[in-house]
Amino acid sequence: MDHVVAARAQMGTSLAFHIIFASFGVGLPLLIFIAEGMWLRTKHRPYYELARTWAKGMAILFAVGAVSGTILSFELGLLWPTFMRYAGSLIGLPFSLEGFAFFIEAIFIGLYLYGWNRLSPLAHWLAALPIAISGAVSAGFVTLVNAWMNMPTGFRLDHGRVVDVRPLAAMFAPPWLVEVVHTTIAAYVVTGFGTAAVCAFALLRTRPEQPRILAGLRIGMLVASIAIVLQWIAGDAIARFDAEHEPTKFAAMEVVRHTQRYAPITIGGVVGKNETHYALEIPGALSFLVAFDPRAEVRGLDRVAPDDMPPVATVHFFFDVMVGCATLMLLIALAWVVFTRRRMPLPRPLLLAIGLCGPLSILALEAGWFVTEFGRQPWVARGLLRTDAAATIAPGIEVQLYVFSIVYVILAIMCAWLLRRIGTREPEAHEAASPAGEAAAYR
Amino acid sequence: MSLVAGVALVALLGIVLYAIFGGADFGGGVWDLLATGPRSAAQRAAISEAIGPVWEANHVWLIFVLVTLWTCFPPAFADIATGLNTPLAIALLGIVLRGSAFAFRNYAADEPRIARPWTIVFGSASTIAPFFFGAAAGGIATGRYDWTSPFALCVGVFAVALCAQLAAVFLLLESEDPALRRDFHRRAIMATVGVWILGAAPVLLAGRSYPALFAAMHSTAALIAIVGTVALGIVVMACVALRSYLAARIAVGIEVAGVLAGWFGAQAPALVPGRLTLSSAASPDATLVAFLVAVACGAVILIPSLSYLFSVFKGPIRR
Repeated sequence: MDHVVAARAQMGTSLAFHIIFASFGVGLPLLIFIAEGMWLRTKHRPYYELARTWAKGMAILFAVGAVSGTILSFELGLLWPTFMRYAGSLIGLPFSLEGFAFFIEAIFIGLYLYGWNRLSPLAHWLAALPIAISGAVSAGFVTLVNAWMNMPTGFRLDHGRVVDVRPLAAMFAPPWLVEVVHTTIAAYVVTGFGTAAVCAFALLRTRPEQPRILAGLRIGMLVASIAIVLQWIAGDAIARFDAEHEPTKFAAMEVVRHTQRYAPITIGGVVGKNETHYALEIPGALSFLVAFDPRAEVRGLDRVAPDDMPPVATVHFFFDVMVGCATLMLLIALAWVVFTRRRMPLPRPLLLAIGLCGPLSILALEAGWFVTEFGRQPWVARGLLRTDAAATIAPGIEVQLYVFSIVYVILAIMCAWLLRRIGTREPEAHEAASPAGEAAAYR
Repeated sequence: MSLVAGVALVALLGIVLYAIFGGADFGGGVWDLLATGPRSAAQRAAISEAIGPVWEANHVWLIFVLVTLWTCFPPAFADIATGLNTPLAIALLGIVLRGSAFAFRNYAADEPRIARPWTIVFGSASTIAPFFFGAAAGGIATGRYDWTSPFALCVGVFAVALCAQLAAVFLLLESEDPALRRDFHRRAIMATVGVWILGAAPVLLAGRSYPALFAAMHSTAALIAIVGTVALGIVVMACVALRSYLAARIAVGIEVAGVLAGWFGAQAPALVPGRLTLSSAASPDATLVAFLVAVACGAVILIPSLSYLFSVFKGPIRR
């Protein structure tokens, strides 16, 4: 295997793995904060059980999220030393601030998870808040780096050297706001639908309905429904931004081959080298969406030099996957809102559909991230550094790829097994009764 | 003080704090692996309880160090990550497995068939990570990234011994049961002797094959660090024997800080001897200023939060 391919595969696998855990790290503390707050307000025990159950899930997801995030920090150097040599001084500021946000997350996770009996109920509830905030903030800081990679700013090139470094300008590269908003909301979409899906499957399986699980479904779907609506607005904003500032990526997403007015929206299809077959085309719709004017000109791939061409078919495919999943999730969320507002019991097909939203939300998350990454190729920092020039020359990258892939599979299986156990058992049943009881397990 | 010296001190502070707190957590894993005797289960439970609330926060010091390195000294980060690709990747694997295994074994504690293998993974990974970090550090000191040299491998073993010493001394304050306390008491003394013996090996092996290393080892800073380590080891031993465990904690912390500061001092102003100096690897001033401002702002939130965490779980009101 080519070392660049191995490095890209390893980075891609690591991020695809970490992004799921990171999303739950952003969203779950908020859900837990809501559940425990409801418990404090209503003293309705199912809310307490829900918070305890979710907290156990958070403990596992956060532990694996923290170490898989560490992998990425190392891999920036282990796989992309040349990128870091160029970019370290420019993207260091958001990463430094992210480090502090991560600190706050880790500190309050410790306080929250181990503080049930040591903190007052109010202090314990409030300990969830810094986790929720710093989780979102740290995801935001990391996304700032991605924004910079899409549109590197805050420096001048002098004979191939980066000079006149302005760290604040680099930290807030033009796409920063649209990217941060879109990515952060994605985390709430994933967590909301993810937890609601788990509860929906539990409701399908067990009778009578447990109040704890019903409450979990409601909180999950509430967060998910708000988030998915906001995500459509944020998604529209980022697409409009891309049409203007990242035209190559935009043209690849929508397979706009020629710069044209009345550009159509292309849905699905088989994207060949020169032609697209079997796609559904809506004439003029893309121009209209970009500028509210069907006559607006959309820049096409004909403006892109062959050497700078992203993998169009891949970008378009994942874009369609993302939008398709988002459409389904929006419809299912609407159905849930209608049933819930009319206080009607949720029919089994709707519960199944909510269950489906769990995988759909993760699929949309991954696909959306693939769009931005494949859409930027062949650049790692657009216009500044090509991906193949940034990869390490150290030997043995292929072996690392295999070893870490195996580790990811094992961790994923173990997480799934533990989460299933935590979700399906009675909340108190699997808690160690006493330190002595816990100790028995270590023999 | 120059900007470069300022950020270098921040980096050193991060490395020292990671070595002390992260190192103690690794050492806990080492003793978990070596848990023996009639109280092995109780030893493991005490280790779990001691590490549980704080290990994730302690781990973030590593991220802090990485970020400091790549923000302030990007060429050094790139060069080290290339030259020491293999040992760093293995250390990373150890970190990943340590953290995951710790969570898995605790949350599957009532299912011994699952928990037991993860307990072994936890202990082994906690030993592997500091060993390879130590070997990587030794590799840097050689100036040739020669991490498989006897010198570097001995530094790796020494690092594991330091972690074990830290953990044993720290655990003395975490165990109420007198018998359990005696276990850790014995381990603290064993580990301190181990640190002396294993610390001598790299000093003796730093021969003339690596001129940069030989010079560094015979510098004043190195001499102070070596004498200091031995002296503080004696203090640790005395405090443990006199049962003043808090003083022992402080002494062992200073000892580890001294080892690292001695290393830095001995090879300064070189970052990687013979390859990069602090100033040749430093980012532009604008970046260093922005970084220091970010650290100052971050510290305002970090210090009270961290103090709160440790006061809740490690303070005297604990029992």
